[in-house]
Amino acid sequence: MELRVSGLHKSFSSASEGERVDALIDVSFVVPEGRFVCVIGPSGCGKTTLLRMISGLEKPDRGTILLGDREITGPVREVGYIFQEPVLLPWRTIVRNVEFGLEMAGMAKQERREKALAALELVELRDFADFYPKEISGGMKQKAALAMALVVEPKVLLMDEPFVSLDCQTRNYMQAAFLGVWEKTRKTVIFVTHNVEEAVFLGDEIICLTSRPAEVGKRLRVGIPHPRDRTSPELNLIRKEILLFLAAEREKTRSVNGMFTHVHDLSEV
Amino acid sequence: MRLPVSTSIRKYFGISYGKRFPVSRGIREGKERKSVQRANKSLRFLPVFGVVVLWQAASSAGLIPENRLPSPVAILHGFTELATEGLPPGYTLVGHCIGSLKRVLSGVALALASALPLGMFMGYWGRVRDILTPFVEMVRPIPPLAWVPIAILWFGIGDKSAAFIIFLGAFFPILLNTVGGVMTINKRLIESSLILGAGKGALFMKVLAPAAMPSIITGIRIALGIGWMTLVAAEFTGVKSGYGLGYMIMTARDIQRPDLVVAGMAIIGVIGFAMDFIIRKMEQRVLKWR
Repeated sequence: MELRVSGLHKSFSSASEGERVDALIDVSFVVPEGRFVCVIGPSGCGKTTLLRMISGLEKPDRGTILLGDREITGPVREVGYIFQEPVLLPWRTIVRNVEFGLEMAGMAKQERREKALAALELVELRDFADFYPKEISGGMKQKAALAMALVVEPKVLLMDEPFVSLDCQTRNYMQAAFLGVWEKTRKTVIFVTHNVEEAVFLGDEIICLTSRPAEVGKRLRVGIPHPRDRTSPELNLIRKEILLFLAAEREKTRSVNGMFTHVHDLSEV
Repeated sequence: MRLPVSTSIRKYFGISYGKRFPVSRGIREGKERKSVQRANKSLRFLPVFGVVVLWQAASSAGLIPENRLPSPVAILHGFTELATEGLPPGYTLVGHCIGSLKRVLSGVALALASALPLGMFMGYWGRVRDILTPFVEMVRPIPPLAWVPIAILWFGIGDKSAAFIIFLGAFFPILLNTVGGVMTINKRLIESSLILGAGKGALFMKVLAPAAMPSIITGIRIALGIGWMTLVAAEFTGVKSGYGLGYMIMTARDIQRPDLVVAGMAIIGVIGFAMDFIIRKMEQRVLKWR
């Protein structure tokens, strides 16, 4: 099932200036089934807003999001979401967290326990099934959140800078671990990040957004098979291209849109 | 000056002698650590005990006149008298305790049953909150005791009106704590639940309620305290059955027996403490995930 985003437009009322500020104008792209797409852009350009609209958590002012032939108008289990900070129900053990979505679907106790444990196996967290979220580390929490999202078998997985709060080594490990999971499940993934290295390490394709008001500025294919070498010249070449794009965008913001540099990032409030 | 007290007492009162004499900052393992913990726990009532001893000493020395504040021993005698003979005669202490407990618990239960769902709705839906807040904030400052005439008018003298007065006192702390608890929930938790297919019912029962539980329990603790305060005062106006700690205290006042008055006060204090203790234990069990 392909994901078709067409003509998304979103504006916010700015408290400080008392007028509408466009966050996104006319964002359109198509993600074929099973592709790993990274979305990158200057900070505060509305990446999170874009992801939230695709998930149905926020409504666009104009434009549509189609999953297959169904329009997304509200949160649905077909579109999983991983937040920046791991979101787990703190009063449930890890396995009971993973069971949550299945419980909502009315699945029998025995069956959902089996599925939840299998999902935890997939993210290599089986041994921590009976721990409470507060008892495990940040990286493990994010793995648990991943299992929680994957267990309901979404068609698309949206990830909003999921590893940003982890330390560098854990982040590298989590990227590799997530790739392992992805290769087993082959979900369509839209992965938002501001980290260029992360984008080129993970994505089949990279969508670069312009600075605000954001639209698709550049699309790149990363034709390098996994596992990738973070320091390989091919990867660096793509990195450089993106970095140049981002630098140009920053420059544009400063000269044309200088006033927006003061605007607090409304999309991430 | 270095006080000649044991390590556990120093730890309990937080007395430290500065860097030169670090107080058990080192490592204690196994049995030793357990025994220190136990010693610390048993020391918790030491201050209460100490005050009672000092009080008795002052009374015996004639520093506190018996007609102003009865001595602990006199109060203890009063307590025995209340437990065996009763006040008024035949109405013994156990009956008074049960009578008051019943009123407090039914009033607080009523408050919980109504304030909890209402608080969850108000916490979740801003519109409901906007509409109801002015009413809540206007009724809340009215002391429950000001309602006594109305309560008697509506329910007559008896358990119903007492329960109503307690309900009024207990309602608002539970309501406000529930509203606050729901409002401060991490919004991502709600969004994540919606994505995973939670309907409104599941959202309230399986996400909002457990997430707000810590502050709901705080609300219940406050409500029980207020419940006792208002109950005793409400019973001053009279009870039908002849049982009730507040009523008992008033009777003791009428026959000019300060020892019985203070014994009654102490009993309320102990029951209040015991109830809070039970709730705190339950809280530890229910909220072990924190």
